[in-house]
Amino acid sequence: MTQSVVVQGKGRWRSQPRTPSALPSPVPDLCPSPPLQWASAGTRWAAASGTWRCGSTRPLTRFAFSSLSTWKSPGCLPKERGYQKGIYDEALSSFFRNVDTRSGGDGHDISKGKICSLKARALLIDMEEGVVNEILQGPLRDVFDSRQLITDVSGSGNNWAVGHKLYGCQYRENIVEKLRKTAEHCDCLQCFFIIHSMGGGTGSGLGTFVLNLLEDEFPEVYRFVTSVYPSSEDDVIISPYNSVLAMKELNEHADCVLPIENESLFDIVNKIHQMVNSGKLGSIVKQNSLVTSSAGSTKAVQEKSFDAMNNIIANLLLNLTSSARFEGSLNMDLNEISMNLVPFPRLHYLVSSLTPLYTLADVKVPSRRLDQMFSDAFSRDHQLIQADPKHSLYLACALLVRGNVQVSDLRRNIERLKPSMHFVSWNQEGWKTGLCSVPPVGHSHSLLALANNTCVKPTFMELKDRFMRLYKKKAHLHHYLHIDGMEQSCFSEAISSLSDLIEEYNELDATKAFQPLQLTRMTCGAPTSCRSKMRLGQLPPQLSVGGVSY
Amino acid sequence: MSIVTVQLGQCGNQIGHEVFNAICSDVHGTHGLCSKKENESYHDACKERFFSEEKSGVPVARAVLVDMEPKVISQALSIAARSGYWKYDDRSHFCQKQGSGNNWANGYSVHGPKHKDIIMNLVQKEAEKCDRLSGFFTIMSMAGGTGSGLGAFVTQCLKDAFPASFILNHVIWPYGTGEVIVQNYNSVLTLSHLYHSSDALLVHENDVIHKICAQLMNIKQISFRDVNQVIAHQLGSVFQPIYTAEGALHYSRSPLGDLMETLVPHPEFKMLGLRNIPQMPESSLAYSSFSWPGLIKHLRQMLIANATMEEGIDWQVRLPRPGSSIPSKHSTSKLLHFNTSIANLVILRGKDMHSADLGSFQDPVLYTSWLTPQDAFNLWKTPRAFNKYEKSAALVSNSQFLLKPLDNLVGKAWNMFASKAYIHQYTKFGIEEEDFLDSFTTLEQVISSYTTL
Repeated sequence: MTQSVVVQGKGRWRSQPRTPSALPSPVPDLCPSPPLQWASAGTRWAAASGTWRCGSTRPLTRFAFSSLSTWKSPGCLPKERGYQKGIYDEALSSFFRNVDTRSGGDGHDISKGKICSLKARALLIDMEEGVVNEILQGPLRDVFDSRQLITDVSGSGNNWAVGHKLYGCQYRENIVEKLRKTAEHCDCLQCFFIIHSMGGGTGSGLGTFVLNLLEDEFPEVYRFVTSVYPSSEDDVIISPYNSVLAMKELNEHADCVLPIENESLFDIVNKIHQMVNSGKLGSIVKQNSLVTSSAGSTKAVQEKSFDAMNNIIANLLLNLTSSARFEGSLNMDLNEISMNLVPFPRLHYLVSSLTPLYTLADVKVPSRRLDQMFSDAFSRDHQLIQADPKHSLYLACALLVRGNVQVSDLRRNIERLKPSMHFVSWNQEGWKTGLCSVPPVGHSHSLLALANNTCVKPTFMELKDRFMRLYKKKAHLHHYLHIDGMEQSCFSEAISSLSDLIEEYNELDATKAFQPLQLTRMTCGAPTSCRSKMRLGQLPPQLSVGGVSY
Repeated sequence: MSIVTVQLGQCGNQIGHEVFNAICSDVHGTHGLCSKKENESYHDACKERFFSEEKSGVPVARAVLVDMEPKVISQALSIAARSGYWKYDDRSHFCQKQGSGNNWANGYSVHGPKHKDIIMNLVQKEAEKCDRLSGFFTIMSMAGGTGSGLGAFVTQCLKDAFPASFILNHVIWPYGTGEVIVQNYNSVLTLSHLYHSSDALLVHENDVIHKICAQLMNIKQISFRDVNQVIAHQLGSVFQPIYTAEGALHYSRSPLGDLMETLVPHPEFKMLGLRNIPQMPESSLAYSSFSWPGLIKHLRQMLIANATMEEGIDWQVRLPRPGSSIPSKHSTSKLLHFNTSIANLVILRGKDMHSADLGSFQDPVLYTSWLTPQDAFNLWKTPRAFNKYEKSAALVSNSQFLLKPLDNLVGKAWNMFASKAYIHQYTKFGIEEEDFLDSFTTLEQVISSYTTL
């Protein structure tokens, strides 16, 4: 398989532990026996960007990846076959290099065999050092190569312009060089994962700068972005500015964006807490199955709720890449996600949901429970943003199933759920499915649903409203405008880009009531006459909704 | 003469693997309920057709495995080798790292030209291993990117490089409710291109096979492996050695040529459907008995009523009696709405097949007016039973079987194309709107031809 690079941002310490940060979880050095523990924790996000890069030369068999790291509690590495035996297999190689550290310098890569030293294919970028230093002192310190860090001292001050224009300019060459280096270690680089938040300065500003950079330097490589959107109670007043400025970049330069909202993560965490602590008879929850857990952690309750929240994002990325790493009867690669879920270039925002959130300890899972998993995937409280896809319009939907689930289970559930879902008129059967044989740790099966659905619209509209409330009064603008390269037009262009996007979703929603038209088909005859018919635009106008020039 | 199988993409490789399994288990696992001499003759013919000898004694499948990502092929290779009965040639495969992303354009315009030489080299090597090459059997799905796009490209290359050999494309029709969102685009592009370079398209529909698994095979949790095994069984019943002429002394030496000759009299009509009877779980076989009249009666009604399996056949559909007026094709009367054929081939395997009476298949009304039943209908048989079924019958039909699915497919693709959804993904790799339009034109022509039979 190919490699993925994860770019993520880290943030400054904040007083409120609400904003999680997703950090790549370092893999502890291989010790002989007990399965290694993944660290999971979140440090608080402000905004920062780091780059993960994952490379793999071949499809992977098992991969353990958590984008969170803690410096305190030992992390949990899902018990991966290869990893347990100390074998560097293909699954691991998608996200890690196996480096022979005996020789000095960079160490050369060992492509197969025993694990010598795993190095994450990643770049960590932050404009202040606190978070990165914590990681480097934590249990996963050896997984991150110190040469793959870019840090500064003073941070970005929650200012997109500082991150994007100032630091972007300053660190451009450094970043490019490090990216190139990590790319060179990959046989076949398939995609970059960028993980950041939208509301701050580094992740939002420098993060989107890196996104631009990736498009320039590696135009063929897919760019998947996991963006944490600020909540309405976010304590950074100017987070709407940062977010909207970042959105323009995402609109134009990302292949796929998976928006995440802290509120949703928080709700999921609470739901699990209740379940775990409810003490219902017979409902003993398997600790390592929690979507929030660093599997194997001895603590039932996580110290910091953002650890749990961040782990959800980690599991999202694990599940997203599972079919590319492990075998299955219907493989689904990352480039297939982009192909099937992005009908028009700018409509590339995907709402994600993960189920199950936990597994009960009873092993026998009857079919009914399996079906419940499918139902849950479409329920409002499993979505990772505040959205209700079932009541909005689907443009496309993907189901990535892991574990002992067969095509008949898939079909049965699609048939069952389809009638209650609204699909756009030109994509009435718009399902993309994947079956991966290997379930996540602690589960017999799991499901990741990705939807291109107009239910993202409210999130964007709220963002726009919050932006406008500040912008109308020109509040805090001077902080941005005094940065070299920033002008008023940056703001107006950004909000215009967001408005256009919202408008496209509006137009699609307006078609919700339409039935698929019985279009006049082509008559077989002179192809030229058909072609000219098309060119003259003899198509019903409403069907050109969403068409974007490309 | 030998057939070289080209397995393309995940689907092609998974099915191809099951096909060789089915063939092997038929030859090794059963005695065929016939004389020893007959059985040996069958065995030899089968070996020559599908396998080459290797020093180790384990037969090596005459196959080339192609995929743009490595997982499926490596699985296929290792599982086959472990069986001990047969294996793939370790060098006869080609894969890349990244897959085609379900993008026909990527498979056709990027991967195809890029890897043409390597792939054709592998094919050439397999072809040279054959004493006499009958032709190529390619297995692919239409919905994805590699099987469909790269498959279409490879088929073209095969046509150019081996103009004297036959090419039969085995095409998997995806589930109606998507496996892949852009499957209708990929299918339209595939079918239209294959129509130009292939000699015939043998189609299996996932929905149909799925129903067979559910209702006939009684499988509760149907996996793709189950689906593939049914498909492999049906293909085996067509491609295993057979006598193609009355009183023939040896098994036919030209399987693909014979198939084309009997079923594809006109290049406009290349869509072949396949029906097989009986189909049941192995555990039920011991308790069932079959008669040729029964099997043939069901098979004929399946043909006329366009049924996909032996359960749920609509017995109301009947051919008009001689003397009554020829039904117009717009007639809505159920009696008159039957499946018209261009050509039909029935294959009987098992004891006493001499006694089988196929007169009912030779009714001229079954066929289009420009062919006589003598030309349009053919019967092949062997006393050697296939794969534990003491009697089995297969029907390969060039008829309106696929008209409705094709029409639906093109309709859905056109609907999506009108809104321009996903087109940018194709133009990115060099397939323009005009290429789509050409494909639509080709297929509308095919639909029109089959409709006016």
